[in-house]
Amino acid sequence: MNTASRPTPSTDIIKDASMVKQKEMMAAHFERLSNAKENGDKVASTFVPGNLNELLMCFDLVNNLPEVNAIQSGLRRKSGAYVMEAEKAGHSEDVCTYVKSDIGMMAKGNIGPNGRELPSPDVLMLSYTGCFTFMKWFELLREQYKCETIFLQTPYLADGKITPNMVQYMVKQFKEDVIPKLEKVSGVKFDIDRLREYLKKSAKAEDDLVYILQSGKSKPSPIDAYFGGIYYIGPIFGAFRGTDDAIEYYRFLREEVDQRLAAGLGPVTPDGPMGEEKYRLVVEGPPNYTNFRQFWKMFYDEGAVVVASSYTKVGGTYDFGFRHDPDRPLETLAEYCLGVYTNRSLPMRIDMLVNYINEYEADGLLINSIKSCNSFSAGQLLMMREVEKRTGKPAAFVETDLVDPRYFSAANVKNRLESYFQMVDQKRTGSDRGVAA
Amino acid sequence: MRTFIGIDLGSTTTKAVLMDENEQVLGRGITNSRSNYDTACKVVTQEAAIDARFTLFRREFGDEQGTKQQVEEFLSALERSFRLEQFLEQLADLEQTCIDQIIGDRFAKVGDEVKTALEEVFRRLRLEAPDLFAPNSKRKSDFFRDIAGSRYLAIAEEVARDADLAYELLLNVYDKSIIAVENRPPAGNLSEKFRTALDRVKTEMSNVSGHIQQAVEKALAIELEETYLVGTGYGRVTLPFSKEHIRSEILCHGLGAHMMYPKTRTVLDIGGQDTKGIQVDPKGIVENFQMNDRCAAGCGRYLGYIADEMNMGLHELGPLAMKSGKPARINSTCTVFAGAELRDRLALGEKREDILAGLHRAIILRAMSIISRSGGIADEFTFTGGVAKNEAAVRELKKLVAENYGEVTINIDPDSIYTGALGGAEFARRAGEGRMEGLEA
Repeated sequence: MNTASRPTPSTDIIKDASMVKQKEMMAAHFERLSNAKENGDKVASTFVPGNLNELLMCFDLVNNLPEVNAIQSGLRRKSGAYVMEAEKAGHSEDVCTYVKSDIGMMAKGNIGPNGRELPSPDVLMLSYTGCFTFMKWFELLREQYKCETIFLQTPYLADGKITPNMVQYMVKQFKEDVIPKLEKVSGVKFDIDRLREYLKKSAKAEDDLVYILQSGKSKPSPIDAYFGGIYYIGPIFGAFRGTDDAIEYYRFLREEVDQRLAAGLGPVTPDGPMGEEKYRLVVEGPPNYTNFRQFWKMFYDEGAVVVASSYTKVGGTYDFGFRHDPDRPLETLAEYCLGVYTNRSLPMRIDMLVNYINEYEADGLLINSIKSCNSFSAGQLLMMREVEKRTGKPAAFVETDLVDPRYFSAANVKNRLESYFQMVDQKRTGSDRGVAA
Repeated sequence: MRTFIGIDLGSTTTKAVLMDENEQVLGRGITNSRSNYDTACKVVTQEAAIDARFTLFRREFGDEQGTKQQVEEFLSALERSFRLEQFLEQLADLEQTCIDQIIGDRFAKVGDEVKTALEEVFRRLRLEAPDLFAPNSKRKSDFFRDIAGSRYLAIAEEVARDADLAYELLLNVYDKSIIAVENRPPAGNLSEKFRTALDRVKTEMSNVSGHIQQAVEKALAIELEETYLVGTGYGRVTLPFSKEHIRSEILCHGLGAHMMYPKTRTVLDIGGQDTKGIQVDPKGIVENFQMNDRCAAGCGRYLGYIADEMNMGLHELGPLAMKSGKPARINSTCTVFAGAELRDRLALGEKREDILAGLHRAIILRAMSIISRSGGIADEFTFTGGVAKNEAAVRELKKLVAENYGEVTINIDPDSIYTGALGGAEFARRAGEGRMEGLEA
């Protein structure tokens, strides 16, 4: 029921060229990781926010992202057992479930999404960008793997801006600590021109990414910038920034978005093309991965499209002009780290969300607050009030978790979402007692 | 007469409000949700229709001074008589259903004895039924399952003992039957039942005038046309309602509270397994809300669980807690741990009333946290839901509101359990007027 007004959903999942491409890229990447020891490749584990992929590639290191592994476990419905495994090992219920999924996965043989064992890292590249849990996570991994751990500290943007001192401080760390250690681990000499080449490629893909994300300003929006956005950010946030693969992926995606724009079409959902766009939302916070499809369906069944989201900025904020700059290779890496969403202060995050609501002509803000993510969730209610005040648009709050299936209550989430959509309706027509024609 | 129905399908109870075209409530109905929303919906709609008849009777009698008390006495007698009629009908159904369960090997040798025993149990139940519906009698619950169930168990034990029959045989047929009876939508013609009830009242009361009888007949002749229905609450999606007949319970509670108290700005609703803090604007439009997450800690169900643990009726908890002079300090509102905490404290020698008072406070503390997340309390503040009927919970709420928000007008309507259904009925009324644009899918 409730789908009478929607076009009959296709039972097949529609695969665009970009989706096929991404799938191939991911499969190849996990194979490369699985074959690393055999092929004599060295592996670096690192994080999405502050991911220095171009730099790691300069040392022929294969980039392994524990967060992405946890997401894959969530999407594949394996994370629940991993989380419980970690809890058995003594990790509290409140601990970040990415961490617990990762710890549990290691305890159960560290099997990756391709069904093969993931390699032990040769170096832990802890690029710290605002999430305190990352430090604790890598302390645990260091204990486990006893390998070189590099700590790059990104100053928090408490005052809302990047200062020259901050950049210098980070460049100094690159020169004196990060690069020498990476040279030592990998046995490869650092070549700054090689870095420049990668950065040039990054910037090209970033241009297309921004074009794609900003297409959400159109009505109807040809993309869903949260649920669809998770896929769109995959290559650039992961192990592909600075590669030809990423350039090609974003070119395909841009063409597809252009086609949908020209045809006046909305986003493609797992059930096929979306019906009429009824609500345009800005979403703050990470998604839920254990019930990703179910969660998304609660939106597209009601005609709700996410036109902009903050989560698609955790691995880099590009839509306010930043691009990796080959002419200032180390400075640009520093500025990249400084600008990621998790490193931004609450007022900066509020400004971004207000800006999105206005620029993308959204109906309001929805916060998906993650139970086990203190770094994201702290302050979200305050942010919500402030955004409401400054935009006059209604906001709502749902609570789920990243990869712990126990924290996804479908009925509860649906109840809140439906209430929110009806609230938006009431607000829109709000004359006599709210529902008058 | 055009009527509009709002049904609130809660996790514990289902409520209905029947409204006329002039935004006047005609009738209210409530029943236990019994995990069968279809039946609950039918029962509750009929209950609201029954209640509506009484409103129509009153309207027919008008406001003639002097006769008012006589009319109220008569209507109260009529209602009791009508309820008795319904009870006897369901009792007959239960008896027949129980007898039909005397099948299979375990009854092979004792079938006749069980049947005789059942007939005796039901004879006694019928005999004492009028007392249950006598003036001023207090029933622990208004639901057939609760009233008939507790008496059945007590009487069956006596009868089994006297007949030297295993009590569990009588329990067995009852257990197999009660759900079926409960889930059988009410049968029979309502007007006929009213007439039977009226006849009984006439034999009991000497002063039922011809005028009264005419008025009853006239009111019974009014047809209640179901113009538009809106469903809300926990079970709404399981019903065969189309989308435009479903409203979020948060919007319904917001609007319902606004209709009861137009100056309402903040609403707290504590239901069976939801606690909601809602902010509404001067028109009753929801501005913001927060509710509990998947855990129903601190909701009505928690009190139900405590009542079960203490072997008390839900309605008895509040009055006992009110006797406490020194509430225990309880921080956990986890339903799962509540039983253990309760037993621990009893074992430590704490008084039942003090523990209960502490539990009530814990519930309200959790509700206060949800409200503050939704934006705090603004004047006026309206408290709704089943828990609003609990005086101990209200006492704690008043204290904490005063401590945290100063002087605020707190509204609690005796019919606050119907707030969601009331909002739903008003949405239905507006929809019936064609005012649907705002919420039409």
